[in-house]
Formats: sequence, C-alpha cells, structure tokens
Amino acid sequence: MKSRRIPGKGIFALAFWLGVWALVAAAVDRELLFPGPAAVARRLAALAGEGLFWRVTAVSLLRIICGAAAGILGGVLLALGTDRSRLLDALFAPLMGVIQAVPVASFILLVLIWVGRDILPTVIVFLMVLPVVWSNMSEGLRSADRDLLELAQVCGFSRWKTARLVYGPSIAPYFLSACRACLGLAWKSGVAAEVLTVPAQAIGRELYEAKLYMNTADLFAWTAVVAVCSLVIEYILDAAIVRLGRRRGMGGDGA
Amino acid sequence: MIRFENVCLSYGEKQVLSGVTLHAGPGEHIALMGHSGCGKTSLLRLAAGLVRPTAGTVACRAKRLAYAFQEPRLLPWFTAAENVNAVLDGGRADMPKARKWLAEVGLADAADALPRELSGGMAQRVNLARTLAREGDLLLLDEPLKELDEVLREDMLALLKRHAAGKTLLVTTHDMRAACALASRIYTFQEGTFVPANP
Repeated sequence: MKSRRIPGKGIFALAFWLGVWALVAAAVDRELLFPGPAAVARRLAALAGEGLFWRVTAVSLLRIICGAAAGILGGVLLALGTDRSRLLDALFAPLMGVIQAVPVASFILLVLIWVGRDILPTVIVFLMVLPVVWSNMSEGLRSADRDLLELAQVCGFSRWKTARLVYGPSIAPYFLSACRACLGLAWKSGVAAEVLTVPAQAIGRELYEAKLYMNTADLFAWTAVVAVCSLVIEYILDAAIVRLGRRRGMGGDGA
Repeated sequence: MIRFENVCLSYGEKQVLSGVTLHAGPGEHIALMGHSGCGKTSLLRLAAGLVRPTAGTVACRAKRLAYAFQEPRLLPWFTAAENVNAVLDGGRADMPKARKWLAEVGLADAADALPRELSGGMAQRVNLARTLAREGDLLLLDEPLKELDEVLREDMLALLKRHAAGKTLLVTTHDMRAACALASRIYTFQEGTFVPANP
C-alpha cells in the first residue's frame, strides 16, 4: 500500500508540538519550572551570541564524534577479525554482549576510576558504539553472497578487489545502518557521561550547572542544542544512505 | 591443460563422482552431458579449484581461467558494462572494451542497465560476455545457453565457437546439438563417472 505524503508534514508536526509546549507552559505559568518555547528561544539566542556557547558545543561535538569514529573503526576492524578467526569470535562475541548489557551509568562510573574526566565521554561513546558496529558489520560480512565470492575467486580478484567489488557494496547498507543506530546512542551516552563527570567545556556540564542553579530555560536550551546537533548529523547520514541506495539499486533503508 | 585422474567427490554422505579420469589437452573441446544433478557442474568446480576431490587428482595448467557459472552471478550493484569491466585488468580504462564485449552478445543498448533491470536471457548473455572478456586459455562453461531462446542460442553458439577456437573448453549442456557444435569429444555420465559418448 502506498503511503500518502502530506506536504509540510514536518512543519505541521513541529508547529503542533510547539503549540502543545506553549499551552503546557502557560498552564504551569512558572518559568522556573517549565519555560515556554519563547523563553527558551530567547535564552538560546542569548547563548548563541556568546563565544563560549559555540566553543562548548564544538568541544562536545568533537569529543562525541571522536569516540564514535573510534568505535566505528574499532567495530569494523574487530568484525573483520572475528569473521576470519573463530578463536577471535569466540573471545570477543561474549565480551560485546556484556558491553551491550551493562548500563551506561555503570560504565561511566567505572571508567571514571581509570581515565580523566575530559577524555571519559569519548571513551564511553567508543564503548557504546563498538558492539553495535561490530554486530552489524559481522552480520554484513556473513551475508556477503558466497556465489559472488566464488566468482571473485575464479576471476582471480585480488583481496583488495574482492573487498572493493564484493564485500564493500554488500556490507555498505549494514555499515550505514550501524552508523545511524550509533548516532543516537553516541549522543545520549556522551552527554550522559559529561553530565556525570562535568568535564571542562561540555554541553553536559552546562546541563548540570543549569540544573544546579535552577536555570530551567538554560536546561531546555542546551537540550535543544543536543537534539539539533543529533538531527543534523542524522539528516546527513540519511541523505548518504538514500544516495547510496539510489546509485547502486539497493534498498535505501539500510540492511 | 587439465587432467582428472581417478577423481572422486562426495558431499557428506552423498557420492557425486567416482573414479572420473578425463584429460583435455590444449585447444581441445569437451562436452559433458548427463541428467540434472549428475555431477557435471561439480566437475567444472573441481577444474576451477572451487572444490577439492575426495580422492584422486585434478591437475590444471591453465594460465588464465574463464568460468561461466550456470546462473549469471552478476554483481547486483554494478551495471552490465561494469560487470564485464570487473574481470578486465585495466580498470575504468577498459570500459570501451567491456562495452565491445556486450555488443558482441547483442547487449550494446543494455550496457548501463543494472542486473535487476535485465531479463534472465539478458543476464545470461552478460555472463557470457564477461566470461569471454576474461580471454582465458581454459574455458569452463556451465550450461551457457540456459535461458536463451532459439534464435539467441544459435547466435551465442556461433559466438562461443568463434571465441573458443584455440582454447581448451569444458562445457556442460543438455543440448546434444550444442554439444556437437562446440565439442570434438562428448562425455556422458554413467554410474558415477563420465565416459566417451563417441569412442
């Protein structure tokens, strides 16, 4: 069944929920407890005028992106290793399961014992992203078409050519789907780590201090910053997935 | 070029080939015939080194192998021309050559189509173009005329005959006319092995 496209659906939804937010804020009528969208927008505009706002956002973004990139790279390399070696798979598969099962708060407090607070959010993001990418990539490698691998063998493809022509396109949807899944996880775990460890120049620190000093408008404004950054990166990734799907005749919705 | 000496092959409990002895010298053309599932494809897979014999030896001296699988096995993310180009050594620079091979099988107009846009017969012809483009000295063709209509079968038969000249050929087929047209020796399957049909 075809889904009917509603023009301006996103704008309509945004306007609707902003309206609901404004109504609830008006009903509560106490900015300290529940600021309305106008108050938050004013605070956001004021923050955006300060150099510190951009520096804090950039540093947090960098920390989270570094952790996510390291997690993605680590996950890919580990998946390649466990795909080739049963011993590695037997060793790492349970470990990845344990990492996924442990609550992020436990990890934050544990890792805080061993690493400095400035680097901790990056380490936490790495740990959260690693098993997700590993599991998706392992699935992708397992799903590589055996018939095409035989074709590569009889055609004498080099390892690099096989990786480029057979494995790469086979696992690309899994990889992009893993990246998309990791994105929300990276932001949530990264900011949570920042809130719990309050490193210098961090969105998490700003959230913590806003809560501490009861600056609820600031709390909302910084939360909006996290959401906007996450949505922008998600949008870029989605565009890449659709583009890949269109170019290669694959499903654009990941694996 | 390729020699099978007392070759046996089993898949688990199931014995597929037993005591196959067959030799194809340089430039010789051999057709393998037999009912479906008798082991024709397995013999080609042994020749290509895709499976190892359970017993006996397979000695292949081919410098370059060209294998047309029974099913086209096209890379689904590449166009027809890119699929042919993939087996050429010159990378993107060989694209005109790839297109030339597609023209040879009558698919010049479908060069930029993705495999999912091709019919079964078209995909099979891309498979043949890719195999011939390899320019191997040993050609392994597994039912190369499958999925083709009568007219195309004649055209492809003529094309294969032309390009197989001077090369060693092992071809499996159910079509006696194709076997006679392509091969100088025909082997049929009998009791686990292949025996000459026209000794």
